[in-house]
Amino acid sequence: MSRYSFASLVRHGVMGHRGWKPVWRDPEPKSSYDAIIVGGGGHGLASAYYLAKNHHLNNVAVLEKGWLGGGNTGRNTTIVRSNYLLDANARFYEHGMKLWEGLSRDLNFNVMFSQRGVLNLAHSKGQLETFRRRGNAMRLNGIDAELLNRGDVAALVPGMDLSGNARFPIEGGLLQPRGGTARHDAVAWGYARAADRRGVDIIQNCEVTGIRRDRTGVTGVETSRGFIASKRIGLAVAGHSTQLAAMAGVRLPIESHVLQAMVSEPVKPVLDTVVTFGAAHLYVSQSDKGELVMGGDIDGYNSFAQRGNLPVIEHVAACLLALFPQFSRLRILRTWGGIMDMTMDGSPIIGTTPVPGLFLNGGWCYGGFKATPASGWVFAHTMATGQPHSLNADLNLDRFRQGRVLDEKGAGPYPWAH
Amino acid sequence: MSLGSFRLDSGGLIDRGRKISFTFDDRIYHGYHGDTLASALLANGVRLVGRSFKYHRPRGIYGLGSEEPNALVRLRQGARAEPNIRATQIELYDGLVAHSQNNWPSLRWDISSTLGLFSRFLPAGFYYKTFMWPGKFWPYYENFIRHMAGMGRSPEAPDPDRYEKRHGNCDVLIIGGGPAGLAAALSAAKGGALVWLADEGARLGGRCLGDGNETVRETIATLASLENVTVLRRTTVFGKYDDHLYGLLEHTGDHLASPARGMPRQRLWHLRTKQAVLASGAIERPLVFANNDRPGVMLTTAVLHYLRAYAVRSGKRAVINTSNDSAYRAAQILAAHGIEIAAIVDHRPGTKRRDMPGVEILPGHAVIDTSGGRDLTGVTIARLAGNGDTVRGSERRLDCDLLCLSGGFTPCVHLYSQAGGKLTYRQDIQSLVPQSDVPGMLVVGAAAGEFGGDEFAGGEAAMGRPISLSKSRRKQFIDLQNDVTAADVELAAREGYRSVEHVKRYTTLGMGTDQGKTSNLNGIAALASALDKPLADVGITTYRPPYTPVTIGALAGREIGVFLAPTRRTPMQDCHEKAGAVFTPAGLWQRPHYYPRPGETATDAVNREVLAVRRNVAVVDVSTLGRIDLHGPDVVEFLDRIYINGFNTLAVGMCRYGVMLRDDGMIFDDGTVARMSETQFIMTTTTANAGPVMAHLEYYLQVVWPELRVHLTSITDQWAVAAVAGPRSRDLLDSLDSSIAFASQAMPHMAWRAGHIGGIPAQVFRISFSGELAYEIAVPADHGHALWELLLATGGGFDVIPYGTEALTTLRTEKGHFVMGPEADGRATPGDMGLRAMLSAKKDFVGRRSLRLPGLAPAGRLNLVGLIPVDGGSSIPAGGILLQSQVAGPLPDKAGHVTTSVFSASLDKPIALAMVRDGRQRLGEELWAHSPLDGRIIAVTITDPVFIDPKGERLRA
Amino acid sequence: MLLIHCPHCGPRAQTEFSYGGDANVARPPAPEETDDRTWTDYLYLRDNAKGSHAELWQHIFGCRRWLRLHRDVVSHEITSCSDLPRPRTGNGS
Repeated sequence: MSRYSFASLVRHGVMGHRGWKPVWRDPEPKSSYDAIIVGGGGHGLASAYYLAKNHHLNNVAVLEKGWLGGGNTGRNTTIVRSNYLLDANARFYEHGMKLWEGLSRDLNFNVMFSQRGVLNLAHSKGQLETFRRRGNAMRLNGIDAELLNRGDVAALVPGMDLSGNARFPIEGGLLQPRGGTARHDAVAWGYARAADRRGVDIIQNCEVTGIRRDRTGVTGVETSRGFIASKRIGLAVAGHSTQLAAMAGVRLPIESHVLQAMVSEPVKPVLDTVVTFGAAHLYVSQSDKGELVMGGDIDGYNSFAQRGNLPVIEHVAACLLALFPQFSRLRILRTWGGIMDMTMDGSPIIGTTPVPGLFLNGGWCYGGFKATPASGWVFAHTMATGQPHSLNADLNLDRFRQGRVLDEKGAGPYPWAH
Repeated sequence: MSLGSFRLDSGGLIDRGRKISFTFDDRIYHGYHGDTLASALLANGVRLVGRSFKYHRPRGIYGLGSEEPNALVRLRQGARAEPNIRATQIELYDGLVAHSQNNWPSLRWDISSTLGLFSRFLPAGFYYKTFMWPGKFWPYYENFIRHMAGMGRSPEAPDPDRYEKRHGNCDVLIIGGGPAGLAAALSAAKGGALVWLADEGARLGGRCLGDGNETVRETIATLASLENVTVLRRTTVFGKYDDHLYGLLEHTGDHLASPARGMPRQRLWHLRTKQAVLASGAIERPLVFANNDRPGVMLTTAVLHYLRAYAVRSGKRAVINTSNDSAYRAAQILAAHGIEIAAIVDHRPGTKRRDMPGVEILPGHAVIDTSGGRDLTGVTIARLAGNGDTVRGSERRLDCDLLCLSGGFTPCVHLYSQAGGKLTYRQDIQSLVPQSDVPGMLVVGAAAGEFGGDEFAGGEAAMGRPISLSKSRRKQFIDLQNDVTAADVELAAREGYRSVEHVKRYTTLGMGTDQGKTSNLNGIAALASALDKPLADVGITTYRPPYTPVTIGALAGREIGVFLAPTRRTPMQDCHEKAGAVFTPAGLWQRPHYYPRPGETATDAVNREVLAVRRNVAVVDVSTLGRIDLHGPDVVEFLDRIYINGFNTLAVGMCRYGVMLRDDGMIFDDGTVARMSETQFIMTTTTANAGPVMAHLEYYLQVVWPELRVHLTSITDQWAVAAVAGPRSRDLLDSLDSSIAFASQAMPHMAWRAGHIGGIPAQVFRISFSGELAYEIAVPADHGHALWELLLATGGGFDVIPYGTEALTTLRTEKGHFVMGPEADGRATPGDMGLRAMLSAKKDFVGRRSLRLPGLAPAGRLNLVGLIPVDGGSSIPAGGILLQSQVAGPLPDKAGHVTTSVFSASLDKPIALAMVRDGRQRLGEELWAHSPLDGRIIAVTITDPVFIDPKGERLRA
Repeated sequence: MLLIHCPHCGPRAQTEFSYGGDANVARPPAPEETDDRTWTDYLYLRDNAKGSHAELWQHIFGCRRWLRLHRDVVSHEITSCSDLPRPRTGNGS
């Protein structure tokens, strides 16, 4: 496979682009692998890539029931940030942020990581103080953060309604300048191409239908393309983690919920920064294609439907106009839903399970996309060594048994409240 | 060619008596009432109307409705300007102003069209392969990409128009007012059903508009006369949601310069129906060949429609390029109206039609290229070979200014697909059609692939395949809006992006504002061809709602500006406004933050209010606290199970502070509970948790312990409550005409009494949040205003002032009271707050079991403590992080954090509350409060959280 | 948007209700006598069935009753909605 470079693009251009080769092979599954990752989304592909790159485990397969990146990797609002309060989350996501910053060159695939800032708006003095605590905690964890007053917000986001007449006037905000967005599909493709180059077998249209285990642990997976043996199986199927874990007899502190996202018609640049509303749930950015990309709360009840309903869409629209009344005449082009693993504390689960050889990477709630590189990094470490990396030590499944939950919002054991 | 020569002298549905003037790109044109912008532009010979997304190629009008990929304009001006509106759907009104988009300096001379010269280096997905070197240049590359992308410009001013929402119910919703929909509506209506029929257009009839079809005309008339039929014109059914709910967007004012007086611009319907009939018709498919995008290249049905409905000839000399029989009938009609047919080029080798005498028919031929600059001047044709995807023999040129494409029809199955319906490929019409009905939805007519009606007759045949040409540089467009070519699809397949979803995402095929209505199936066909697979095996991308774009303003409806969320007002709100209070949001409430006097800063005002409470008397509105009445024989048992402390021993006439947990052991809420009688209590909750606590109680009562006989009533809105606090509060109350004895002997701390004050019926609770002698006076809500005025009347010589939530914060901080949020943040146990002594050992309660989990054991947890600055004077940074040392190393261990920081006017020094790891065992230790956000590092000493009157003598006074 | 047939109020839009999660999660009747594992199973573990799901909803903008629904979490079809089991008679202690 050819390396992408300016020269290669020109050379292929002159030849009418007939010389490009497939970015990944389409291999038949082997009868056994050193490690199998179930789920060909960003997390699974990144895990395979780092297994090969960091741990020299190349006899690895990624099994995907449909097409690469067809789950939540291709359904999110592409926001990347590490503006977390709790140390375990902040340090994990910040490791991810650093990987994002070098990802395009590492993968030799432009994932269009765009650090145009993530701004959380505050609407009261009290809210600004909670942001102050989070911002200070971030800074001490080596993460960039700036507290903005109303004037700073006005300068950063021209066109936002900062009048005192709004229902929830804006007091200020917390900015993470290094936050931003990335091109979601490109992340899956870039990892897939790079993993394939290191010998990983990426097998699409291969659904896992069972997990075999004996007394010593897992022995392999039943798939729509036959049994494939491996003593090391990693699940990276957020949205369906409970279904897969149940195949090995493991129950999880997770419910599946639908989260909707939507885009407007494309317009010329009007919004540089990722903005979140603080009085209700809305996050919005403008993609490089010109669409406003938005999302809000989960629909709020268990669902595997990958489609949502109008109330959330209408609420997101109302919140958007609260910030930007001038967008009223723009139009929503597409809406869609993805299935989230909502955990009982709102934080992810990456680590070992009660079944030897079975590893879990899931429970991403709203936050999976930005975690992709860090998640793959620590999951590869965990699968290769059998032990968690220091960055996912606290993100283990056992924390629920211990009462050591990582409740970033303090919302309690109600998955739909996180 | 002379202006106006494209309009026929008669015919069409336009009103020739009502001439209309409009401007396009600042030039004035004329049309008639009944025209669309597209038909009027065509009638004026305007062919070039826009530039394409990526290559800025000249584009004209292509289709006739919501499938239009090319003719997107900026409509209206100023605050009403809106981008990307399809000219084919804009009804002409007098004074209409439209501009072309995505060009500079002008539509004719667009500099960016030179990008086309480099297009060989900009294939699908090129950006994934480049812009990576040097890495730090990416932001500049990206800025350039962003400015090149986008279509129109966003409006810049708030929308002057209004949107509304309505809800409806019916038995049968008919989607589409063409012949199939009309017939379905009539049949359902005759059976007595409540029928709604929605159609995108201004007129019913669909493709039959203007063709003189009598049945259709009569059906429309009959439906109009039936009382059980509601017809919504200019209304798009854009989405299908759960339990047969449909989203409809009705354009109530878009056909006018501005909405009629009192009318919204658009209306969003939530329509629930028992049964839906999808009669959304079918859209003609284009054929794919080189340079198939010039102005003058159109769908045959569109050309026909402009002719019949608007009496407009889309050109003078047409070549018809078809792969099916339907175009022959169209050709006859075109010819009958004076459009010269240069030739009919038919992909099918065996066709032997004789119904067009004098017209050259070329079976087994295809148009393989077009010529012209910004307008079509001719086409190149050639004989097809192989599977119909290669050519042989010599090429031939035909002059024409109109090229009509007819590649068969694609049923509009979007809503069926949204409803979860599965599609199946039908070889005879080469389209995806509904496999079987989904519950509650019937698909009829062309949408179901039944092309029996006149308007589709003969459309059953083959679609053309993209033709492999030796001169591969020429672009064969599949998705005209997003400039996706057949070569792009081939490239995607070559590079391994072989799933149809990968192709869509890699090339952006079908992701424009038209959502690929004319391109999806051709894209699948191109992919099938590239993969050498049958089309049926390629699959299809998901149809995502909405069917056509929906205005954000319509989705928001009336929930804009101050109506985004309701504003809750206490009965005393007017008094606070009159007193010049500065407000702060508290959930949906707006609470007085402080009451500045002229010339005072916020700090001055808060300090004055705090000192008034400590030294004199002041009044605060606490009506926002939740109030719940609990009644029933098992009420004590219930409270005992809910709160960590016991209520069995609480005497009638007394109050008690209580803390409740979630079952995971974390503090959920706190407040006081008053015993009204043996079987009745009144509970107060925090402002923010009034609703959640009520739901929590109802959950335990109804779901977990249904055997408990307790009745709950939320009474927050029924009462107005003012707290009177300060050493002179009793004197103030004594000075009022009241039936209640306020003396400590008659009414000790934590007692409550009923009676009247100044003639107002009242319940008075002697409870205190500030730590001073204090009374909370609850009166029926209607008396709140009167109570407030009575308490603040200056006659008594008490100099009573009101105080706000900021003073309340200072007062409670001085007393070391935690609150929900800053201290009890959903991660705190009673032990963390120093409340272990409150935990009843005699009973079980919600959350108790969790306190025994290892992670909740006391050691190493954050405890509530006080902080004072070591230097005695520096303010302690709010939101500061507490570290052991002055220098923060990388990833330092945190000792805790500052939760609330105030200047204590009472003590004349800064103080703070904090959560510190094992803090209660560390009183007297020094820590450093770091606030890197503002560059401050302050040395602090850990103290007991109670700064004032630790023994509580003042509140018992 | 779901249409929930409240046994007290009739068919109402989902926006009148609030969600309460898996209805098959039973709170241990004597929490103090359970071990950590049983207790945290109750608190945190869910079957998260893909198919018919028994769940609680409260009609907060209506009769305020907690109701038990059976809903298919793939199609969202609600097959039943009823009151919770009737309270036992007794003194409640």
